[in-house]
Amino acid sequence: MCLGIPGKVVEIRDDGPLRMARVDFGGVRKEACLVYVPEVQLGDYVIVHVGFAISQLDEEEAMRTLEMLRAIDAEGVAMELGSMGGAAAPATRGSA
Amino acid sequence: MSDRRVAVDPFGGFAEEPAGKPDPANLACPAPIPERARVLLGHGSGGQLSAALMRDVIAPALAAVTPGGPLNDAAVVEVAGARLAFTTDSFVVSPLEFPGGDIGELAVNGTVNDLAMMGAQPVALSLAYVIEEGLPIEDLRRVTESVARAAGRAGVRIVTGDTKVVGRGAADALFVNTAGIGLVAPGVSVAADRAAIGDAVLLSGPIGLHGIAIMSVREGLDFEVEIASDTQPLNGLVAAIVAACPDVHVLRDPTRGGLASALNEIAAASGAGIELREETIPIPGPVHAACEMLGLDPLHVANEGKLVAIVPASSAEAVLAAMRAVPEGAEAVEIGCVVADHPSMVTMRTIVGSQRIVDMLVGEQLPRIC
Amino acid sequence: MKYIDEYRNAGLARKLVDEIHRVTTRPWALMEVCGGQTHTLVKQGIDEALPPGVRMIHGPGCPVCVTPLEQIDKALVIAARPDVIFTSYGDMLRVPGSSTDLLSLKARGADVRIVYSPLDAVRIAAANPDRQVVFFAIGFETTAPANAMAIRQAARLGLGNFSVLVSHVLVPPAMCAILESPTNQVQAFLAAGHVCAVMGWTEYEPIAERYHVPIVVTGFEPLDLLEGILMAIRQLEQGRAEVENQYARAVKREGNREAQDTIFRVFDVGDRKWRGIGMIPASGYHLRPEYARFDAEARFDVGMITTAEHPACIAGEILQGTKTPLECTAYGVLCSPQKPLGAPMVSAEGVCSAYHAAGRGLAAPGAVPLYELKRPVGEAMK
Repeated sequence: MCLGIPGKVVEIRDDGPLRMARVDFGGVRKEACLVYVPEVQLGDYVIVHVGFAISQLDEEEAMRTLEMLRAIDAEGVAMELGSMGGAAAPATRGSA
Repeated sequence: MSDRRVAVDPFGGFAEEPAGKPDPANLACPAPIPERARVLLGHGSGGQLSAALMRDVIAPALAAVTPGGPLNDAAVVEVAGARLAFTTDSFVVSPLEFPGGDIGELAVNGTVNDLAMMGAQPVALSLAYVIEEGLPIEDLRRVTESVARAAGRAGVRIVTGDTKVVGRGAADALFVNTAGIGLVAPGVSVAADRAAIGDAVLLSGPIGLHGIAIMSVREGLDFEVEIASDTQPLNGLVAAIVAACPDVHVLRDPTRGGLASALNEIAAASGAGIELREETIPIPGPVHAACEMLGLDPLHVANEGKLVAIVPASSAEAVLAAMRAVPEGAEAVEIGCVVADHPSMVTMRTIVGSQRIVDMLVGEQLPRIC
Repeated sequence: MKYIDEYRNAGLARKLVDEIHRVTTRPWALMEVCGGQTHTLVKQGIDEALPPGVRMIHGPGCPVCVTPLEQIDKALVIAARPDVIFTSYGDMLRVPGSSTDLLSLKARGADVRIVYSPLDAVRIAAANPDRQVVFFAIGFETTAPANAMAIRQAARLGLGNFSVLVSHVLVPPAMCAILESPTNQVQAFLAAGHVCAVMGWTEYEPIAERYHVPIVVTGFEPLDLLEGILMAIRQLEQGRAEVENQYARAVKREGNREAQDTIFRVFDVGDRKWRGIGMIPASGYHLRPEYARFDAEARFDVGMITTAEHPACIAGEILQGTKTPLECTAYGVLCSPQKPLGAPMVSAEGVCSAYHAAGRGLAAPGAVPLYELKRPVGEAMK
C-alpha cells in the first residue's frame, strides 16, 4: 500500500480528539491526521497515506540521498536540482 | 453492417448473475457480448467504454438513418452550397457551480468548441433545461445569466430553447443541453483522420485544470486547490489558427478522457502513430500534486478550454505564433509529432529514456490509494 | 512538487541506469513486493532499461489483487443490502468477485461510496445513525494504522452502526512464502518503503540472514527504484545479504512506534488467505476481541460463500511472480482492464494492468478496437 506523498504542514488543530493538520502538497491542501507523528510542527514535511501522516520526512536525509546520487558520476557534472536547496529554511524541528 | 444486440438484462438476484445471454430470437453476430448489461458511469467518461457503447449499441441502432459512420461530436451538413457544422451536447456536471465556472458556462463553451473543432465559426445555439423539482430559482437564474455571459463572450446567440421540470430525484438538480450551428469557411477541412506522418502536434496550454477543479469539490474527496476550471470558448483561437494555416489537419478539444484519449482517437482514426515528449507537456503544479494525491494520470484528466492542433510540420511555427498571439493560446507548445511507427498508438518518452504507451482512459476515473 | 520532482530527474535517472550496467557482471533476479513500485517500474520502463540479465519479478504487492475472493464476495453481499452504506477505497470498486463487482452493484442502486480516508467512513456513520455503515479495511501494514484509528474513533464515539470488513495482509510472511517455494528464483528483494515507514525493518533482518537474500527498503519515485536496484545488485555482486535502507528520508529502523502500538491495540496477527496464492500462516490482521463488535463479518449474515475464479485467470502465478502476463493466454484477449477476469488486471498497480496500460504484448492499442472513421467528418453528407 503505497500511495503516500510528501506535504508540508501549514496549519495544526489540536482542539479535537485527534491532532489534525492542513497539509500542502505542492499547491493542493488537504487535511491529515497527525496522531502518529506527535513531534511534527508547522513547516515540517510529512508523508501522508489515506489521510494519516505516517512518517515525518527527514529533510537532511533527503538532501543526502540526492547528493549521493549526484556523486555517482565521477566526472562530477553538477545536476540542476531546482529549488531543493534554495527554499526558505524549514521551521526548527525536533529530533531528526 | 453487423447487427449486434446487447443482451437484455437477465439479472435476478445478485447470486445468479450470468455474464449476459444473447437473445436467441434475434440475429447476433458471434462477437464478444459486453459483459455488463447495464450502463455504467464509466460509459460516460469519454474513454474506451464510451467508445464501445457508441460502437456496439448506439451506432448500429441508428445505422439506417445516419450517414454511415459513427456519430461524432459534430457533423458538417451541406445546405444550399454552404457547409454548416452542427453539434449537440448535454451537460450533467455536479456540483452545478465549481471553481472557475458553472454548468451554464460549460454548456455554452462546450458547444461553441465542438463547432470550432470542425473549423467552424459558431452562429447560433439552442438551450434546453431539464430541471429537478426543488431546484432553487436563484440557482436557475444564476446559471442562465452565466449562459448569457458566456454566449456574449463567444459572440454567439441563443435563438431557441426548451424547459422541462421532472420530479425530485429524476435529474441531478439540472441537466442542460445545447445544440449549435456554425459556418465552415471554404477550403477548411478539419477531420480526425487527417493526421499525416510528419505533422506537428500542438497543444494550446496547460492540461488537467477542469477535471481537478471538479474533483476538488466532489463529495468525499474535497481538497483545497488554487485551480479553476479552464472553461472558455476557443472559436477565437481557432480563427487565428485557420488564418495562419487554412490546411490545419486536425483540431480536437481534449474533454472527457483527457489528452490521452483525444490523441488515441485521432491516432486510430488516422491510422498513424503519435509520439509525445513528456517534458514538453505543460501540467500546472497543483494539477500534478492533485493527481499524485489521488493516483490519477494527468493525461486522462478532462479539459474544457484547451485544444490540440495537428498541422503540417512546415506550418508549425506560424501556427504556434498565431496561437500565442491570442490569450487562449498564450502558452501554446509543440508536444510531439505524427509518426509512421506504431500506427494507431500514442507513445511517450519516459525519463529513463524508454518509450511508454499512452493508453486511453478505461471507464470512470476512480481515485486510488495504492 | 517538493520531495517528489527531485526524484524524477532524467539526468540522474540515466546516470543510475549507467551505473547499474557498470556494476552488473551476472544475471540476477530481484523482486519488488509493492504495487506502487511495480506501477512505476513498468510505466517508466525501468525494468526494460536494466542490463539484459537482470530481471524484476513482480511480487504480490498489490493488496487489492491479493484480497481473498471470499472477502470480495462478502463485501458484495453486504453492499447489496438496502440498509447499508458501503464505503471503500476507490481501488476496490472494479475488482471482480465471483460474479460481479462493487461498481456494478453501485450501478444497480447499491449505496457504495468511495472514501479517501477511513475517518471519512466514520464521519458518514456519525451522520447517518439510521443506516449501517461498513468500511472495507484492506491493505498492507501501511494502511493498518489509519484503519485501526478509525475503529478506535468509532468506539470512542459509541457508533453502533459502524463496522469494518477486514482484509489486511502482511509483507514479511509473503516474502518467506515465496522464498520457501521450490520454484523460487528471487535472489534479492526491494522492500516496500511505506510499509517499512510504519513497521520499520527489524522483521526483515532474520529473513535476509536465514535465506541469504539482500533486502533494500526502497521508495517509489524512479530515482528511488533505480537506487534501490543498484544497492541490491551491489550486494549480490559482493555476496552480501543485509537489509539496507534506500528510503532514508522516510524510514527508520524501528519504524513508527505510535502507529505500531495502535495497530496492535486493535488487531491481532492471524492466518490469511491470499487470492491466487492460498493460505499463508500469520500473514494478516484480525480484530482483537475488544473490537470484535465492529466486525462486519459477524454483524451481517453473509450466508454461504462459494467462490469461483475465472478458469482462464492465472492470477496466482502472476502474483507469485512465476509467470508474466505475456504468458497468459487470456491477457489482452479475454482479459483487459475493461473486462478483467482477475484482480491484477483491475487494480491500477496490478501487474497485468500495468503491462496492459504500457501496451506490452499487445498488437493493437488496448483490447477494444476504437471505431473507425472511414470518411472525413468534414465531408458533405448527401
